[in-house]
Amino acid sequence: MATSSAAHPAKLAKRRFGGDEVAYCFTLLFAVSILVITVFLVWELWVHSSPARGKFGLGFLTSSLWNPVTDQFGALPFIYGTVITSALALLIAVPLGVGAAIYLSELAPPRLSNTLTFLVELLAAVPSVIFGLLAIFTLIPLMREYFEPALQSVFGSLPLFSGHIYGVGYLTAGVILAIMTFPFIISVSREALMAVPREQREAALALGATKWESTYDAVLPFARLGILGSVFLALARALGETMAVTMVIGNDPKIHASLFAPGYTIAAVIANEFTEASGDTYLSSLVELGLVLFALTMIINGLAQLLIVLTTKKGSAKA
Amino acid sequence: MKTFVVTGLAILPALLASSAMAADTINAAGATFPAPIYQKWFGEYKAAHPEVQINYQPIGSGGGIRQLIAGTVDFGASDMPMKDGQMGDMKVKPLHFPTVMGAVVLSYNIPNVTAILKLTPDVIAGIYLGNVKSWDDAKIKAANPGVNLPSKAIEVVHRSDGSGTSFCFTDYLSKISPEWKSKVGVNDSVQWPLGLGGKGSDGVEGLIKQTPYSIGYVELIYAVQNKMSFADVQNASGSFVTPSFKSVSEAAANSKEMPDDFRVSITNAPGKASYPISTFTWLLVPSHIADPARKKAITGFLGWMLTTGQKDAEGLSYAQLPKAVVTKVQKQIAQIQ
Repeated sequence: MATSSAAHPAKLAKRRFGGDEVAYCFTLLFAVSILVITVFLVWELWVHSSPARGKFGLGFLTSSLWNPVTDQFGALPFIYGTVITSALALLIAVPLGVGAAIYLSELAPPRLSNTLTFLVELLAAVPSVIFGLLAIFTLIPLMREYFEPALQSVFGSLPLFSGHIYGVGYLTAGVILAIMTFPFIISVSREALMAVPREQREAALALGATKWESTYDAVLPFARLGILGSVFLALARALGETMAVTMVIGNDPKIHASLFAPGYTIAAVIANEFTEASGDTYLSSLVELGLVLFALTMIINGLAQLLIVLTTKKGSAKA
Repeated sequence: MKTFVVTGLAILPALLASSAMAADTINAAGATFPAPIYQKWFGEYKAAHPEVQINYQPIGSGGGIRQLIAGTVDFGASDMPMKDGQMGDMKVKPLHFPTVMGAVVLSYNIPNVTAILKLTPDVIAGIYLGNVKSWDDAKIKAANPGVNLPSKAIEVVHRSDGSGTSFCFTDYLSKISPEWKSKVGVNDSVQWPLGLGGKGSDGVEGLIKQTPYSIGYVELIYAVQNKMSFADVQNASGSFVTPSFKSVSEAAANSKEMPDDFRVSITNAPGKASYPISTFTWLLVPSHIADPARKKAITGFLGWMLTTGQKDAEGLSYAQLPKAVVTKVQKQIAQIQ
């Protein structure tokens, strides 16, 4: 008994500092740091963009003028370029990625599935500048010589597919973004599909469904949240991608109707012009573009959350 | 729990303070174009004078000027002279020290044309303004008799990032074309009337090589090292000149009188052998350096750079300063108080 009473404070100390309390403190610190960094980021962007906000006001968002000589700046061509390239990327990458994920998790023989999954994860780890180089040497000539003329010969009457073919431009940037983002879609969607309980499939099969019917009617709805999550992850990457895009988009700060024409994105113009920008208005306009990109990402994420809420109401599975 | 947070915050300032007290190096930042020779110079100078450690960050001319104005570097470096407005913001006026010279060349990719193109100022401005649209334009044909120029649209390429190279090129265009001067103007980045933008010299090179019937501008060194074909340009005296160290030095030597602050553009220089799209690059040094040790180190380096250092220039594909300019720059060192 005597020994136990002596050991008691030590035990308490051990419990306090060797376990729960410490873990609680540290994990809380890490969690709070996320909030601190985000708030600090917005604050910095807000403060440093104040000369541009003061000078242009909301007109910054609607002006298409970007002239460093006369110190007049507007964000519209960059917002347009960012949205259109990301939309093109998702348009290509989502069917491709989700389709591949379904094959890998549901239909492929396990050995092939493992090999392909390994390759997909490898692809996801390739630095974006490598994709940019690949695009310059391979994708641009392919787009200029084959894909874009073919598209033009079929849909040439539409403004989207008319005009001069450069090889670089919105469409090429969209394609390279699709190539870069679809490994994420495959990887995350596959995990979501694999997490669907076996009983879900077996129940569908027992009711007489074919393999595809069970996948489409029983497995996919169950994994919908995970698949949507993968799409938003891909979208976030597409919105903020810089190096590969600036190498293929043509860097022209104007709005063109044609997808074959050169354009510009927010991330690309910041990377291009920030180091050499002299003058307060110029520099703070670039910072304000950063703020716009941040807001754009927030808005799109908000819409994404809304979409999830709306679809889970009618859906069959909750996260 | 609170204690942990407090301890963590208490350590931070201690860490920051210790890094601020680090060794007594001289810090410089700025232009990327002369960075290779600057790195070599600072290395060689340290080998000869071990007490002088100069740390150079090639962050771009605009960045160099910004850091100099903010006082975070001991001196800056730039491919374009500082504007009056920028100098007016500073309590201690900076001095411009020319170091070496470079040229901007027009590089092109026209399949099946091997001859070296000759370009007139009129044609260059016309191409970049969008007035000359096709390679078989009468103006291009007139300057290149015997060359079989195709009837293809000219794909114009320019730098998308802010760059001293763009400053030199737009400075030249503004001198030869009133239309360019009024519509676009001079800057390290401008609103280009047309064309594709490449990031950095390598981005421009990539676009030119990958786009048939294209034309773009890069630094001479870059075009030579990457075996790109580039045009002879007609200068102010009417003769077509091949860009080289020699024709760049000629431009500096023949340039109208050198102003006392060395803020001079040598584009479109007179003289039969002058290459018209040439430029100095400068170190921007404050005219007053409070710390005597730093002042001694910086003035010592400047003196060395103008004599021994110049010999390194051509090995790294830069043009040396003409003798007359060197003599004049040497006198300016004494103005550092």
